[in-house]
Amino acid sequence: MITLKVNGSTRQVDVPPEMPLLWVLRDELGLTGTKFGCGAALCGACTVHVNGEAVRSCQTFAGDVEGTEITTIEGLGTPAALHAVQAAWNDHQVAQCGYCQSGQIMQAAALLAANPAPSDAEIDEAMSGNLCRCGTYPRIRAAIHTAAQTLARG
Amino acid sequence: MGRLKTYTRRAFLIGAAATAGGVAFGTYLVKKPLDNPLAEGLAEGTATFNPWVKISSEGITLIAPHMDMGQGVASMQAMLIAEELDLDMGQFTIDFGQPSPAYYNTALASEGAPFLSSDTGLVAETARSAMWAFSKVIGLQGTGGSSSVPDSYTKLRVAGAVARETLKAAAAKQFGLARDALQTAAGAVILPDGRAVPYTDLAATAATIDPVENVTLRDPAEWRLIGKPVERLDMPAKSTGTLAFGIDQKVEGMVYAALAVNPRKGAACTGFDASEAEKMPGVLKVVPVTGGAAVIATNTWYAMEAAKAVRCTFAEAAYPADQAAHWAAVEAAFTPETLDREWRNEGDVDAALGATPIEAEYRAPYLAHQPLEPLNAIARVEGQGVEIWGASQMPRFLQEVVAPIAGVEPEQVVLHNQYAGGSFGHRLEFENFRYAVEIATQIPGTPVKLSFTREDDFAQDFTRPLAMARAKGAVADGRITAIDMAVASPSVTRSQMSRIGLAAPGPDTQIVAGLWNLPYALDNLRIRGHAVEGLAPVSSWRSVGASFAGFFGESFLDELIHAAGLDPMQARIDLCTLPHARKILETLQEMAWTQPLPQGHARGVALVESFGVPCGEVIEVSNQNGAIKLERLWVVADVGRVVDPVNIDNLLAGGALFGLGHAMNCEITYADGAAEQSNFDSHAGMRFAQAPQVFTKALENGPAIRGIGEPPVPPAAPALANAIFALTGQRLREMPFNKAVDFV
Repeated sequence: MITLKVNGSTRQVDVPPEMPLLWVLRDELGLTGTKFGCGAALCGACTVHVNGEAVRSCQTFAGDVEGTEITTIEGLGTPAALHAVQAAWNDHQVAQCGYCQSGQIMQAAALLAANPAPSDAEIDEAMSGNLCRCGTYPRIRAAIHTAAQTLARG
Repeated sequence: MGRLKTYTRRAFLIGAAATAGGVAFGTYLVKKPLDNPLAEGLAEGTATFNPWVKISSEGITLIAPHMDMGQGVASMQAMLIAEELDLDMGQFTIDFGQPSPAYYNTALASEGAPFLSSDTGLVAETARSAMWAFSKVIGLQGTGGSSSVPDSYTKLRVAGAVARETLKAAAAKQFGLARDALQTAAGAVILPDGRAVPYTDLAATAATIDPVENVTLRDPAEWRLIGKPVERLDMPAKSTGTLAFGIDQKVEGMVYAALAVNPRKGAACTGFDASEAEKMPGVLKVVPVTGGAAVIATNTWYAMEAAKAVRCTFAEAAYPADQAAHWAAVEAAFTPETLDREWRNEGDVDAALGATPIEAEYRAPYLAHQPLEPLNAIARVEGQGVEIWGASQMPRFLQEVVAPIAGVEPEQVVLHNQYAGGSFGHRLEFENFRYAVEIATQIPGTPVKLSFTREDDFAQDFTRPLAMARAKGAVADGRITAIDMAVASPSVTRSQMSRIGLAAPGPDTQIVAGLWNLPYALDNLRIRGHAVEGLAPVSSWRSVGASFAGFFGESFLDELIHAAGLDPMQARIDLCTLPHARKILETLQEMAWTQPLPQGHARGVALVESFGVPCGEVIEVSNQNGAIKLERLWVVADVGRVVDPVNIDNLLAGGALFGLGHAMNCEITYADGAAEQSNFDSHAGMRFAQAPQVFTKALENGPAIRGIGEPPVPPAAPALANAIFALTGQRLREMPFNKAVDFV
């Protein structure tokens, strides 16, 4: 039995410790906002926060994150109480298919937590592991700047 | 599939021979009104006026049968209905509806008639009408070919207007008033005294009266939604992880499955050993499927892990094992025997070419679709019915394809269509559904969710075809005097149709799409398409043939423009014969061409018409210590009328970046019968840091309303190659370009 703290709640799951966190979230806990894209840390669709750091949940063993604070897109904000990054994503109408956007938003939120006013070059650097097949990058860049301004205003 | 087969064969012949629809199919079949699928099993007190609108006391449901793969058509369809029905966005729920002939596509098949978009002569229009009739008679419901807007634009506004007038008639009946004394606003009928009666309160009465079919559409000047910036309805859910895609669906009692199948497309598995896999944690059962085995387990990861442990013996591929043999087959296909069609032959090309023409050869590789949501499907087979959850662009063909696997009739297949995490043409195919139903038939009554790994998805992906062009041209006195181009490629249309058991007689426009219809005045022009047989199965990849033939045509034109000593933009403007295409070039010239460039920067331009939409792009590149950087990109297209200005900007930018990323970085190659690329390390498209600044503009000068999902893709590759030539003097004639140059 593995004990995980996800979005503030303690959850027990009966899985082997080498099961990737991604599949515990999706298939065992029903948190499907975190997406399966590549299974090899090549696309970033499965990005979640572990103790505030962006990690690829498809390459993170469940047994290695016991005792940590795990945050998924569902814990970042809700439709009724959006995180600043999510609000910026809506304002800029970023999504096309939207399948990568949970991961993009989690990556961007971690970036802004560490660097409240990133330059375009710093955004490129931080976001380059998050693949968007539809090509929404220009809007993501703009939305990150907007979110940074919102967060700076408090 | 007998009827589908017969009609399809007839329609394709008609496409070439041009017979009137009524004659080909019989006026009865063409004029026959189609049943409203919403009427079946309708609850007491619920009203439906047509296949797109249903209202009960509980709420308003709008049916959006075109699949939303990110292009925003769920919102677009609802917006068209809501405009005439006087609903605000958010006052209704969207349902994707059941597969039904009522949702036949009025625009998709007409586009398949092999005529230039500028040709509105009798023969062309008769053929288009025949193709439309074909679409109606077989109930061709489909999303593709950038047809959702042209299909929906009038019929969904009519659907909304019919619902509105019928609700007014219901209010007139309920309150004893005249219908023309009533108004509508924000989901309610407004009585003369100003009282607002919600539509939901009128549903029961509306259900008792015949729909008012004689309606007048609103003047565009009165529109509240169409052409205005509106928030797409799926945005908040997509920003919060709460939109459930197909892969996120959950059905009570569901088990999970993964595949261990032959990576050589379509080839058999001659035997497998699952003894090790069966002992692994979470595994419930291993079952045979076409080409291999499937593991059924208690979650996706258990199934995927155990699938790796199934030992299969795989047969050889029916096509050449290695890439060199694929290219050799294409190289050998420029012969009279392989000629699919001579599409253009104007003037005296041979005489104009003379003894020493300018010659060039171009290549475009196989490419994978790889939307970020891997293929998946949930299927439950129980008694005489199949129930499926998954995203499909072709719901009615899907029914036809899976019904025989489960031994049922197509009408017994219920599809819960879903939002798709991308497609790019991938979800025109059915492999995920075939496999899911094969597995589900072996555990009757239990719903099973099949998920492809990314590696499965690459291995099974029916790619874009590879293609080559051989080009000859001539210039004299600062003019282009001749162009002679031949393209050789496998036929996408025939490969794709063969998988659903249909023949596609007649030439395949897609071999030369974007090239044969180049909108330039050339006195001596010859365009030929050659079909390559016997290679790997191929399919429609966003913008289909124009993604390669458009590159060939606009690259070679650029070579000739330079040889003639002309300015690439002004020369195109001077040659352009389509007024709305010329306007695009003039717009690009003003936005992007005349400003002075910094040292070490250069720009290129290209314009390709696909799906009736001319789209032009300018790219500015720079040299960063020997590596090419994409600085800025301008994308301008003409769709006749813009339905959603925010969404069109997103699609213009995204489509161009999609085209660029693949032109720069991607190819699929075969070794030992299987694709060598298996994940996003080797076939990602474009990454964040490569994306330039993008500026877009949608123009409205064209003669017809058109869709924008695909047209921004084809000009991207030639615009970039032309820019790189302007920067370095190096002409890139083969994609991907990273074989020849480094990118930042």
